[in-house]
Amino acid sequence: MALEVPENVVVSRLDALASWCRKNSLWPMPFATACCGIELMATGASRHDMARFGAEVMRFSPRQCDVMIVAGRVVMKMLPVLQRIWQQMHEPKWCISMGACASTGGVFDTYSVVQGIDRFIPVDMYVPGCPPRPEQLLQSIIDLQDKIQAEGTVGGREFLTAERQQPKRALVELPVVSLPRGVSRLPQGVRVE
Amino acid sequence: MIDSKTQSAISQAFGSVAWSEFRGQARAVVAAGELAAVFEFARDTCGFDLLVDVTCVDYLNYRDAEDRFGLVYLLANTQTNERLTLRTFVNEPDPVVPSAVSFWPGANWMEREVWDMFGIRFEGHPDLRRILMPEEYTAHPLRKDYPMQGRGERHNFPVLHRSEA
Repeated sequence: MALEVPENVVVSRLDALASWCRKNSLWPMPFATACCGIELMATGASRHDMARFGAEVMRFSPRQCDVMIVAGRVVMKMLPVLQRIWQQMHEPKWCISMGACASTGGVFDTYSVVQGIDRFIPVDMYVPGCPPRPEQLLQSIIDLQDKIQAEGTVGGREFLTAERQQPKRALVELPVVSLPRGVSRLPQGVRVE
Repeated sequence: MIDSKTQSAISQAFGSVAWSEFRGQARAVVAAGELAAVFEFARDTCGFDLLVDVTCVDYLNYRDAEDRFGLVYLLANTQTNERLTLRTFVNEPDPVVPSAVSFWPGANWMEREVWDMFGIRFEGHPDLRRILMPEEYTAHPLRKDYPMQGRGERHNFPVLHRSEA
């Protein structure tokens, strides 16, 4: 039995359609704490114009955002705030770690600076640079769009794959303090001397 | 930068004050027990109406140093443009000096910072809490015996995974 399909109808998978919609309207959550934030503003402004990639709607409420751009160093006093904001964002959500400090701590290897946010929250894209040029940030958004198109699903199954659940390399190499037997993680705010 | 009359007035009132000079700036080393009286004299009699800064130096392992902590108070007289550096030394196990908040209210946050970073206790401070580090922090990080990369404080946070957040 032949099904008549009009010419203006395209047959696709629902996953591909949803990913296409999502990737072309990424609303960034600017978590700008340092000089990378200035480059982030430049990326959003008219010369570089993030609107060309559908990502110009900066929202300062995490409830309305798709992608969190962590621009700048994160100190240990700020990390609970960062985690709270990440948890407040709705799925589907992504994270771009912008610059050397957000990705690795940069030159700030001191007691108060977190040595890479990927130790404590999931990160999809890393942007090298100190600070990165706006072109680099735009490239990371383009790459993130490719990633969303390649692996995004309506049901969010891509977040549950075994590879995504592996701890990051930085976490494996972390000089972890010795925890009591049977305790896998400390509750927030507890310190081990 | 300091008038000789002011200097001699302080010396007459407090005989134990030791003076030195560095590039035209007068420095007076005061015993910690006399500090409150020197504050009152400097403000009311000598007219030092502005406390510019309160800070501290840790002299652990410093050559020829006899005391552990050196407090630094920078005073200014906004009428005559005189400046005075007051220094005092305290030691462990209980480094404590009188608070300057009752003389200059601006000392409040500066003394909180010195408490946070060096663990110097200011007797009589109305609200001696940490000002920079998180409240649950246990160390005083600018002490020289505190490791620069901390004691694991920056690593002890819950790890959020994709599946749970």
